[in-house]
Amino acid sequence: MTLGAIGSAVLLGACSIQPWVKPYERDRLADPIMSWDRDAISGAYVDHIYESREASRGATGTAGGGCGCN
Amino acid sequence: MSTAPRQFSRLAALATVLLVCVAGAAVLPDDRADVFYSSYQGGGMDITGESVLVRKKFTENFALEGNYYIDKVSGASVDVLSNASVIKDERKQKSISVDYIHDKTQYNLSYTNSVERDYISNTTHFSLSQDMFGDLTTITLGFTNSDDKVGENDGTAFKPIITWLGHAQSRSYQGGLSQVLTRNLIASASLEVITDQGFLMNPYRSIRYLDPTVPLGYSLGTQVYPNTHTSTAVEGRAKYYLPYRAAASVSYRYYSDTWGIRGNTVEVDYTQPLSNIWILEGRVRHYSQNHATFYSDLFPFAGSQNFEARDQDLAASTNTTVGAKVTYAFLPEGWKIFKRGTVTADLSRIQFKYGDFRDIKEFNDTPAGGNFAPGTEPLYGFYATVYQIYLSMFF
Repeated sequence: MTLGAIGSAVLLGACSIQPWVKPYERDRLADPIMSWDRDAISGAYVDHIYESREASRGATGTAGGGCGCN
Repeated sequence: MSTAPRQFSRLAALATVLLVCVAGAAVLPDDRADVFYSSYQGGGMDITGESVLVRKKFTENFALEGNYYIDKVSGASVDVLSNASVIKDERKQKSISVDYIHDKTQYNLSYTNSVERDYISNTTHFSLSQDMFGDLTTITLGFTNSDDKVGENDGTAFKPIITWLGHAQSRSYQGGLSQVLTRNLIASASLEVITDQGFLMNPYRSIRYLDPTVPLGYSLGTQVYPNTHTSTAVEGRAKYYLPYRAAASVSYRYYSDTWGIRGNTVEVDYTQPLSNIWILEGRVRHYSQNHATFYSDLFPFAGSQNFEARDQDLAASTNTTVGAKVTYAFLPEGWKIFKRGTVTADLSRIQFKYGDFRDIKEFNDTPAGGNFAPGTEPLYGFYATVYQIYLSMFF
């Protein structure tokens, strides 16, 4: 419970964090070559190949991207 | 009391706290249409895939995506072949996905239906992504539910007789964090926990056990699997923009499950554009796993333990992929409704090696024979060649 409260305080405190990479400094991150998964159809196919032949599964990427380019 | 509800309420509390930090607005990706063709050849299997995907924004906040995929399988993997079955099958998959954005929160809801004559799967997925801290951080939480109906073809490839054997239900919980670290470096971490229950084994695969009463010295029998399975996978990855407009990325995934399997995946990718027309990419991936606790290539006798499996996916194995991809961009000025287009070709070569799965088809189960004593046959391994070619039009 205490840990939860401390965690919440830290996260809320983080709301005031100023971005250290300014929006005008994100041109390189916005370049298509920095995309994790440019083509969803191909990415899903490759994941399917491995999942069909390996026991491991899951955690093959964070949905929603998040290059912070918006 | 189960700890699952408690863990879920903690996740919900975390999500609530994170949502307090909302400001600004996110955007949806470009509209696009893709036509895709793929081929996989290796290990006795020949699989071709065809797919169409259309993604369209109806407002700045709302987008729909539809995907139709069909793959055709001929041949069968070695453990199925050794049971004297040959597969010729087709899988049709339809999915629809809705994205909605409100401020910096993106919601995604999708439904996928996959049908083979002996396997039907229905999957529903929901996820929520939140940009925060000046858009340097994105948090994603997701949940997937899948209900599968599992059957077996007791007829032939051309005249199937399907016996439905049972159901499998799968629930997956996902969490992810993506973080901009510098103007050249982005990193992400993700966690996924999946729980399954029901009929979890492949009905076409068999165990083998020592049998001195037959000339081969072994016989084949029915696998017995647990009816529950829980896995946890954690992945970390980073991508760096190099000084001369190129990108390099590295990722590592650790996997563990309640069947005693531990897996490690490492991948390195390099992307090199040439002017604004070509993008060249190369990748190397290596994977390794140990075997499941109830896996054996050769059991001392049938029923020697509660659970018995000889599915090659549960054996100790490694595989290494070397791949190359080239993308050509055209119509830079656009044409009619299209803003631009790309054509992509991707070729991969994968080497699979097994540490305790032996090749009984090639060496012992053929008329030629190999004169190997059971359990001394060569270990199995094979190469697979995978290629993809697809056209993407953006509008």
